[in-house]
Amino acid sequence: MNMSAYIPVIGLEIHAELLTKSKVFCTCSAEFGGDKNTRCCPVCSGMPGTLPIINQTAVEYAVKAGFALGCGINKFSVFDRKNYFYPDLPKAYQISQLNLPLCINGLVPIEYEENGEKKTKNIRINRIHLEEDAGKLIHDDLNGVSLADYNRCGIPLIEIVTEPDIGSAEEAKAFVEKISLLLQYAGVCDCKMEQGSLRCDVNISIMKPTDTEFGTRAEIKNLNSIKAIGRAIDFEIYRQGKLLDMGKRVIQETRRFDDNRGETKSMRSKEDAHDYRYFPEPDILQVNFTDEDLDAIRAKLPEMPYERLERYLKNGLNETDAKIIVNQKILSDFFDSAVKAYNNPKSVCNFLIGEMMRRINLGEVSLDNLPFTAEQFAKLVEMADTDKVSKNDAKSVFRTMCEKGGDPEEIAKAEGLLISNDTGKVAEVIEKVLAANEKAVAQYTGGDQKVFGFLMGQCTKELKGVCTPKVIKEELEKKLRSL
Amino acid sequence: MDITSLKIRDMRTMLDKKEVSASELADAYLDRINDIDGKLESYITVTADEAHAAAEKAQQVINSGEASALTGIPLAIKDNICTDGVKTTCASKMLEDFVPPYNATVMEKLNAQDIVMLGKTSMDEFAMGGSTQTSAFKKTKNPYDLGRVPGGSSGGSASAVGASLCAAALGSDTGGSIRQPASFCGVTGLKPTYGRVSRYGLVAFASSLDQIGPIAKDAHDCAIILNAISGYDYHDGTSAKENVPDFTAKIGQSISGMKIAVPKEFYAEGIDADVREAVMKAAKWYESQGAVLVECSMPSLKYAVAAYYLIASAEASSNLSRYDGIKYGHRSDKGDSYNDLICNSRSEGFGDEVKRRILLGNYALSSGYYDAYYGKAMALKQRIREEYESIFKNCDIILTPTAPTVAYGVNENISDPAKMYQADICTVTVNIASLPAISTPCGYDEKGMPIGMSLIGRRWDEATIIQAADAYEKQFERVPAKI
Repeated sequence: MNMSAYIPVIGLEIHAELLTKSKVFCTCSAEFGGDKNTRCCPVCSGMPGTLPIINQTAVEYAVKAGFALGCGINKFSVFDRKNYFYPDLPKAYQISQLNLPLCINGLVPIEYEENGEKKTKNIRINRIHLEEDAGKLIHDDLNGVSLADYNRCGIPLIEIVTEPDIGSAEEAKAFVEKISLLLQYAGVCDCKMEQGSLRCDVNISIMKPTDTEFGTRAEIKNLNSIKAIGRAIDFEIYRQGKLLDMGKRVIQETRRFDDNRGETKSMRSKEDAHDYRYFPEPDILQVNFTDEDLDAIRAKLPEMPYERLERYLKNGLNETDAKIIVNQKILSDFFDSAVKAYNNPKSVCNFLIGEMMRRINLGEVSLDNLPFTAEQFAKLVEMADTDKVSKNDAKSVFRTMCEKGGDPEEIAKAEGLLISNDTGKVAEVIEKVLAANEKAVAQYTGGDQKVFGFLMGQCTKELKGVCTPKVIKEELEKKLRSL
Repeated sequence: MDITSLKIRDMRTMLDKKEVSASELADAYLDRINDIDGKLESYITVTADEAHAAAEKAQQVINSGEASALTGIPLAIKDNICTDGVKTTCASKMLEDFVPPYNATVMEKLNAQDIVMLGKTSMDEFAMGGSTQTSAFKKTKNPYDLGRVPGGSSGGSASAVGASLCAAALGSDTGGSIRQPASFCGVTGLKPTYGRVSRYGLVAFASSLDQIGPIAKDAHDCAIILNAISGYDYHDGTSAKENVPDFTAKIGQSISGMKIAVPKEFYAEGIDADVREAVMKAAKWYESQGAVLVECSMPSLKYAVAAYYLIASAEASSNLSRYDGIKYGHRSDKGDSYNDLICNSRSEGFGDEVKRRILLGNYALSSGYYDAYYGKAMALKQRIREEYESIFKNCDIILTPTAPTVAYGVNENISDPAKMYQADICTVTVNIASLPAISTPCGYDEKGMPIGMSLIGRRWDEATIIQAADAYEKQFERVPAKI
């Protein structure tokens, strides 16, 4: 197959669970997990007579997501019912939004690498709407039963729908990473794909460069890692290309990705597609925003990645380092806390990018679960900067911090690496060394500077943990000059 | 004197003066239910034990001098209003054994006043019908003639009030389900403004139209109950934060100068001559008291029934989807797949009328038909609202018949749904326009069957229709049902 003969046309639908404390239409906890069916109530389990109450924080978070993704906000927004039967959907309809979503027309710039070349692109966002999540089914094949857990029913979700602007697996991956970053910075989603708080559906078709219309698309449902998104897209481009090469047609269908085999499989064709019989949800009033409402929400939007990058550059970080830090919110938050404790961004950055990232990349520590605080980290950097520990010893102290955690000063002291800078002691030791090595001193004063190293070594041995070699050198030179 | 024939306010006086105890009052009704309800079949569930306990508690409150307007008053509740721990069947096999784990907000409010609930009254299945003959359990009869229907869907409540099997009752009204049975059973029924009374715990039929309201011996008693159940409720997003006045406040004020609209379409062909004459006679009486009759027109009335059945059935098809046999309600033991389970459970659990409306609603919402049916119906809703607004520019209230006929025989009409639907012509526009309306008896036909008239008010102006209905009632000679 001649791969370059086809242009992939890809659009994504991303579902992100919002970080609200309670569910979107009742007051149940929206936390992840919990014992089965302990986080549900008459409302989210669809008891007869119950009614949904809209969680204003969920609306606010969805709007924040809109701002973060450069969207316009509909001042007038409506909820709709999407009707279908499934045992994990207790009301047999999902409250969602069809024609008047909260956010529309966004734009998200992405940067990515393709064939070793750095590229940038803008991906248009069609819409973001607010809806509720469904429950979970647990199939017990052994006993031939399926059980429903409604804890997840009613967790607020936003669905982010892109325009078909994505042209490759690399672009798709970069886009999802960027969305994940923006949502985390906006504080609306933790974007843990492995826990399902961020999920992705891919719509993909291919076309010849000379075609004027898009090809027939397939939808790949529920991809739950960045890697799976890339692999599913690559496979699908291959599969559709092969079909077209053979003169066959791509059929419109929903497919799922088999992670073990790296292949997509047909789930249902267009003919089996649901007719969702959408209509306006009569139990929820329309959402109306004033300019003041929207300004107030915008004002609550935390510092976004590009703003942080600007700040870091202003603080003297180089662009490469600043981007590495900004591109992981948890790392960036750690960095900010450290700089707050020790206001020397460049120095903190150097130790962070050098030592800490090295150990993280080695898998010795993980950002999610550091055994030390940003303040302790900052203290170590400051100790190295102020010669309380030598630069080299600081690395050794840090290794201990990574292994066991703890206060760097305590560690340095325990390991005998702490420098006391006791000037009296320095003078005393130099005096003693010079007195014990009169011959060498005479050689030095006679012009043989080579013995300096020997004297230096003698002093250093005695002054370990008192001061840095630099100080010893200065003091020793001073003393020798004065003789 | 038979104590069960008293008005609520007279019972209040006797209870407060200790001329009767709450238990004696409850027993008087329970005895009567025991004697008569075998013939009438107005109750699905009689809660004698709970009533006794509630009466004792009410008596303590009365003894402590802290009685509210409804303390110790024996009431009946339509069986689609959720009662914690008491079966709530909606007169459907589907919910035959359903015991809600929570109280509807109206029940919380009534219980806060220590009412005595006597039981749950029969109705058309899921409130779909105008005869109470679609009930899966008790096909209630008319207290004026056991060979005739009590109307519906709140037929059990209206019949129980008409036969003095409760002091008053709650019903629900989606297209006339309070007013029409009140009219058929010779009592007074009030459908409040949409949003006046919380719908939380009312098993939904058509969410944008449903409203709970009182059925009582007269308008004054309706006002007392409305006082107790009105007001904004956190659990119902469509309940209004509107000021709740004392609905009895205007009772007794002069109606001289009141402008009463008489829209000609409500008196046209299709309305029985007896009914038309009785309502016109009432109009003349109002005129004789100084009210001004204003002839006007509602051109859209001829489309109202079609619009109503599209909107109501569309919403119902979605609202009733939750009855899938998974979580509660009837569960079929036939079949071996998920599809079998829902198909069989629903086929067995729902009656014909409910199925008919689910089919109609699903059809109206189907892709490709939405605009032609649901879309058009919504446009008509807007038109009807505008026509009402235009009438209320010059008038204070509107006077119409409540139903085209008096109560008909238990076996009439049932086989002709279209004819049954058309009988709702006088009542459905009020729900479509979210307005309040009250039905009160204004005459009897030659066989002694009651004829009802309806007074429709502006949004939130229940007080004026109560005032006007009460004025009429004070001079109208009621003929109580002889049962």
